[in-house]
Amino acid sequence: MLYKDLVIIGGGPAGLAAALEAAEQGVKDVMIVERDSGLGGILQQCIHNGFGLHVFKEELTGPEYAQRFIDRLDNAGIEVLLDTMVIEITPDKRIFAVNSEKGVLEIQAKAVILAMGCRERTRGALNIPGFRPAGIFTAGTAQRYVNIEGYMPGKEVVILGSGDIGLIMARRFTLEGARVKCVLEIMPYSNGLTRNVVQCLEDYGIPLRLSHTVIDIHGKKRVEGVTVAKVDENLKPILSTAEFISCDTLLLSVGLIPENELTKMTGADFDANTQGPMVNQRMETSCEGIFACGNVLHVHDLVDFVTMEAKFAARGAAQYLKEKDGPCRKMSVIAGEGLRYVLPHAVGVEKMLDEKQNFFMRSIKPMKKARLSIQSENGTIKTRMLSYVKPSEMINIELNKSEISKAAGHLKFILQEEGASDER
Amino acid sequence: MYDAVIIGGGVTGCMIARELSRYDIKVILLEKEEDVACGTSKANSAVIHAGFDAKPGTWKAKMNVRGNVLFPGICDELDVPYINNGSLVVAVEDGEIKILEKLLNQGRVNGVPGLEIIGHDELMKMEPNLNTKVKAALYAPTAGIVCPYEFTIALAENAAINGVEFRFNSPVIEIAAEDGGFIVKTPHDFVKTRFVINAAGLFSDEISKMAGAEEYTITPRKGEYLIFDKKFGSLIKKVIFPTPSEISKGILVCPTVDGNIFIGPNSNDIRDKTDVGVTREGIEEIIEGGKKLVPELPLSGVITSFAGLRAVSNTNDFIIEASRKVKGFVNVGGIQSPGFTSAPAIAETVIEILKEEGMDLREKPGFVPTRPRKYRFREMDNLTRQKLIEENPAFGHVICRCETVTEAEIVDAIRRPLGAKSLDGIKRRTRAGMGRCQGGFCSSRVLSILARELKIDPLQVTKCGPGSEILKGGYKEFIAEKDMDEYLNTVEVESLSWKGGATNAL
Repeated sequence: MLYKDLVIIGGGPAGLAAALEAAEQGVKDVMIVERDSGLGGILQQCIHNGFGLHVFKEELTGPEYAQRFIDRLDNAGIEVLLDTMVIEITPDKRIFAVNSEKGVLEIQAKAVILAMGCRERTRGALNIPGFRPAGIFTAGTAQRYVNIEGYMPGKEVVILGSGDIGLIMARRFTLEGARVKCVLEIMPYSNGLTRNVVQCLEDYGIPLRLSHTVIDIHGKKRVEGVTVAKVDENLKPILSTAEFISCDTLLLSVGLIPENELTKMTGADFDANTQGPMVNQRMETSCEGIFACGNVLHVHDLVDFVTMEAKFAARGAAQYLKEKDGPCRKMSVIAGEGLRYVLPHAVGVEKMLDEKQNFFMRSIKPMKKARLSIQSENGTIKTRMLSYVKPSEMINIELNKSEISKAAGHLKFILQEEGASDER
Repeated sequence: MYDAVIIGGGVTGCMIARELSRYDIKVILLEKEEDVACGTSKANSAVIHAGFDAKPGTWKAKMNVRGNVLFPGICDELDVPYINNGSLVVAVEDGEIKILEKLLNQGRVNGVPGLEIIGHDELMKMEPNLNTKVKAALYAPTAGIVCPYEFTIALAENAAINGVEFRFNSPVIEIAAEDGGFIVKTPHDFVKTRFVINAAGLFSDEISKMAGAEEYTITPRKGEYLIFDKKFGSLIKKVIFPTPSEISKGILVCPTVDGNIFIGPNSNDIRDKTDVGVTREGIEEIIEGGKKLVPELPLSGVITSFAGLRAVSNTNDFIIEASRKVKGFVNVGGIQSPGFTSAPAIAETVIEILKEEGMDLREKPGFVPTRPRKYRFREMDNLTRQKLIEENPAFGHVICRCETVTEAEIVDAIRRPLGAKSLDGIKRRTRAGMGRCQGGFCSSRVLSILARELKIDPLQVTKCGPGSEILKGGYKEFIAEKDMDEYLNTVEVESLSWKGGATNAL
């Protein structure tokens, strides 16, 4: 059995940033366990630019962004296990992993940071009818084929879902000589970043068809086409609008799901909206000493925020390792009207890592102008006006320790559209 | 000259192949797809039925009850997971209890052991997630579940080890009588044989007609299914049927041997024997049916849907007989539900028929009843895993995360007798790609391993045989093609304008 102070599961952007920050905070014995043959996670296949605007104030590609962290690992004395798959983790922080060299490894950690990332939603999760031929890919799988393996999975492509990876792959396929016939989005608004809609579709004349979905897939061996239709307000297809589009490939970019199979083994509490664990002000799950950050906690749109969150989790873990925890008065954080979720789920004011605490949240629908207010049992703590709120673009707000200390009972975040009819 | 040609590599054909491989004869199996278990045998409920559904005296009743008895032993011999979890036919309305009683009596006449009707309270204790309105249920302790393609593949592997030849991508296009036997043609080959066993499933009517034997019709009856994530695997333990209708056992909620649960199938007669498309209406129908039995179905946990076709004959019973018109031709058609359970008994019957028809069947020495050991990494304890990785480091390399399938298992799936040649072949042999991400992470890795092991170009790797290639071309390949098109277009335009100019000049 190996003994480690801190084991980080996952060597993608979250795991890398967490490891480096933990070392910086003085944690001696840090180990990253990564299932792939290299570090960097999904960033390695994201060869487009636009990473690092917040963290490095420049536009990097995915591999460049990852490399900035990878280059620092040796100096920081961080141990890395590659090609190593964690298969089990216990609530008392014992980790079982396998690799070809050492077989089954058993590691007892004092603290653990979960950074396993996410996976893509599949056709099955959407119940798309039709045949099951070759030629149906998730956008990320197609991205791997094109950017890492050097193969084109399709020549005439229809993309379902306007998530960021789908938008970026629309551009990628076009640049590599394939024809992207259209991007379909079931919602009346895009689910990707505005900049990606502009730079990946509009710049290349690829049509984005909002309120549309795929209602049938044709072709027995390989995709030969899809039937698409407009949907009504309840997202039900309007069959009279059905239209056949020939293509050899259907790309799905229909959302990401945090990969929490290991987290579940720890018995940590879950948030049904993020599909990740519940965490407190230092990104600690309800399982003491087990922290979570990055897409395993909630799906991010920008890697920069993953990095910031991971650093926070690392500081939380460092604090946990330094002092044995006494009880701490915890205030629950509630996502109220207009919001899908708010993170962290609870705040213990005495154990805040800084004078300020960051809160991350997502709206349930797009709003042109919105008022964000934070309330407690004894009144409003803070309000702020926001312009252009979209579910795909995370909202981030800071509260001072003094502001949180003023609150009683809970912190409730509410997002109301301004100019919309007043319901009170 | 072969002694027997088996047409069709489904569970019926493979079971017959395995039974014939016990004897000192020359047998070949022709399959139109690239693998066994590519039709009805891969997409069904995977239930080993107890045998109370079919009318006493029918082939279905006889074969089902006998098949149920034989199944556990064969699974044991061939290392195929089998779970004897029992089944419940649930009555939700008062009027349905009468039907349960009818089924109970029918089952007793058919010779099904252990049947009993149990009341609401005991039922809820057995299956706490059932609809609380259930009145009673017919409990059949001898029912079970198995993985249908794994079972079929195991039979085929075992038959191959014992000398049966398999020829894939070989649809039969002509059967001609010659010298007291037959010449059976495929698009690229022909075989001479004394006996033909027609186990062609949905197409058995066409094969029978092709040989000039008895004419019957097969109607495809579609059934659609939804499969749920393994994390909901504990929702129910037994096979849960609704009270059946005249044509169908109804939409069930059922666990799989691999730890998922599924709902389905519905039942719709269709025309196209290759239409395995899932429909929107079908999905709605099975969700409604499933909710009647288990109201709290975790619909957000669906990982995939599929449809399968039952081969329903115009007699509505199995057709298992030697042709009276064409000597040496045996029909095994209309093998719809409970055909999977019945397969072992059907094979026994076919052997008897062949003996009666004059086939000289002498048991050969050295028949091997088992197949090469199969490793299932996800089911092992850590000590076994450690030992295996020491012997073969590829066991330490996990390729499919969701189902914990290692590189060693994928390589083994390719190198086994009748090994996998496609992504679907790997999937059915190892479960790589069958988990919650449905191959999102592992498919490109499995593709590389297939290309490496089969020594083919990655562009040639298919999902399920020729025509289903995964990749369309190399990097930048289409750009060159597009530029060429543009170039050619320009040339054409220029020559046209030149012609135009010439005309003007005239």
